[in-house]
Amino acid sequence: MAVPLIYNVRSLRARWASTVVAVLGIAGTVGVFVAMLSLARGFEATLIASGSPRNAIVRRAGATSEMDSSVVLDQIRVIEDAPGIERGAGGALVSPEVVVVAAFPLKGRGTEGNAQVRGVSPKALAVRPTVKIVAGRFFQPGLTELVVGRNVAGAYDGIDLGKTLRFGGATWVVVGVFDSGGTAFDSEIWCDTTVLNQVFQRPQALFQSATARLSSPEALNGFKDALTSDPRVTVQVDREVDYYAKQSRQLTTLITVLGTIIAVVMGIGAVFGALNTMYSAVAERSREIATLRALGFGSGSIVLSFVAESLCIALVGGVLGCVVVLPLNGLTTGTINWQTFSHLAFAFQITPLLLTWGIAFALLMGLVGGVPPAVRAARARIAAALREL
Amino acid sequence: MVQIDGRAAGESLVRARGLGKTYQRGGEEIHVLQGLNLDVDAGEFIAFMGPSGSGKTTLLNLLGGLDVPSEGSVTVAGDEITRMSARKLTTWRARHVGFVFQMYNLIPVLTAFQNVELPLLLTGLSKAERRRHVETALTVVGLADRMRHYPRQLSGGQEQRVGIARAIVADPTFLLCDEPTGDLDRKSADEVLDLLGRLAGEHGKTILMVTHDPLAAERAHVVLHLEKGVLVDTVTAGRAR
Ligand SMILES: Nc1ncnc2c1ncn2[C@@H]1O[C@H](COP(=O)(O)OP(=O)(O)OP(=O)(O)O)[C@@H](O)[C@H]1O
Ligand SMILES: [Mg+2]
Repeated sequence: MAVPLIYNVRSLRARWASTVVAVLGIAGTVGVFVAMLSLARGFEATLIASGSPRNAIVRRAGATSEMDSSVVLDQIRVIEDAPGIERGAGGALVSPEVVVVAAFPLKGRGTEGNAQVRGVSPKALAVRPTVKIVAGRFFQPGLTELVVGRNVAGAYDGIDLGKTLRFGGATWVVVGVFDSGGTAFDSEIWCDTTVLNQVFQRPQALFQSATARLSSPEALNGFKDALTSDPRVTVQVDREVDYYAKQSRQLTTLITVLGTIIAVVMGIGAVFGALNTMYSAVAERSREIATLRALGFGSGSIVLSFVAESLCIALVGGVLGCVVVLPLNGLTTGTINWQTFSHLAFAFQITPLLLTWGIAFALLMGLVGGVPPAVRAARARIAAALREL
Repeated sequence: MVQIDGRAAGESLVRARGLGKTYQRGGEEIHVLQGLNLDVDAGEFIAFMGPSGSGKTTLLNLLGGLDVPSEGSVTVAGDEITRMSARKLTTWRARHVGFVFQMYNLIPVLTAFQNVELPLLLTGLSKAERRRHVETALTVVGLADRMRHYPRQLSGGQEQRVGIARAIVADPTFLLCDEPTGDLDRKSADEVLDLLGRLAGEHGKTILMVTHDPLAAERAHVVLHLEKGVLVDTVTAGRAR
């Protein structure tokens, strides 16, 4: 049987000051680690939720995002006739869209932020059923009216229901607020595509993308095959979720990599903290260790015992780190969407998986910080250690 | 019987032959023990005396498998422990040796009960059996009512009696006591010596004790002196057997 764990737990408590230092080091590292990952996770989730598996986004072949894509009206007609499209009362559910970026004063910052203004078809709500008007009404076709995502009103000064604002040389009225359920659209401003093209003096028959509602998620392949083999159009077709997932990848990866680097650097510090605590524990208790060895506990038991002690520190630190950052969950923050250089609001998302990662990271630090002192403890010569007072 | 001439016939419980221990200190060799012989039969209570630095602790460490000799052999109950691997030696100690230390060496964060239970964790005993053994051992040393006390809540004499309970709880082949009363006042020392005397007399324990205290040595059946690396039998004090 091994040295009882109570021995380690009580020893940690007896040397609490040294224990606290190591615990805090690990807690801080785990906190930062989990916070960064939850940032990446939240960003990714926001963008991925923007897409629907039942929607297809059609862009010029080779375009990397909506911004450098173009689709002409003739192509829209072809898309509308393609198989697999859902049809409603107003015909095929296809929304030809244009995206421009406009600067508005950010609330309470004294600077301007770029908002993504999306010209959509009047059928946009049918194409994206998750988007709901929560205040006011949807824009009327042909008018310079805006509906804004629910995060927009909070982020910018002067963009509220009923307010008038000027951009692109026109005067617009905010007639409604919509909620897309926490997706990227909540940071967008929507208006009629045709009106947007007019105001910005763009060709009327030119769009950047078209989003099509499919009759079912399975209809995508038929729809895609029909369009890509059609000689009249040169387009690429993506499932909307995949498109947004791809958009999120760059920033998600950046945050994850950055977060991991910061966590590793902090982790090295925390490991040294744990090492220091455990080395001094081993040094202070060399006679206890020698006594245990004299009683017949093997060197393996000693290693195990001190590694367990270090893991206790790590576990407490890990849990503490997780608990401290838990209130961040759901907290909204903003970033620049790198594809469109516009402001995007999203929330920290702390999932059980992230917490598990945090605890695992803590235990790893505990292990790395615990093994060398534990080995030293087990290697000490018994007879010599018993002579120490 | 206790013999120091290395000529004992038959199997003695503890047998040392040509035992030597040399320490290196700053390029200089210190021969602490040299060609020491010892035969101890079961049930003996021996006191080792000798000036400070004469190698008493060194001898106990060799007999108890805490250190390895530079030469010679130690055989206990037929097993030559000086040939065992470190791992085997550890298991052997758990099974055969009960150590009593001058500074008691109790684990400060464990209660008297938990300290005494430690050696039993290395046996296959169930929790209930362990509890029974611990209670018996603490009753033998007269501390059954102090099971839940921590070492700092006990007097030195009580601590040492817990230390003795820990040494006897797993019923080892022999007890090795290094100055068990060296840190105690006369009264506590006498209590501890009474206890060791009872363990030897009533319970038939084999006890090898190092001491500086002539009164302590008096309790033993045999007193051996360590001089110039070997044992000498100048006085055979105590009660004759
Ligand atoms: N690890 C070591 N390295 C070098 N010399 C040592 C070592 N351990 C013990 N010695 C020396 O060996 C000699 C015997 O030491 P030991 O502790 O066995 O004596 P002792 O008889 O128990 O003394 P005391 O009565 O003071 O306890 C001493 O001179 C001591 O300094
Ligand atoms: Mg000594």
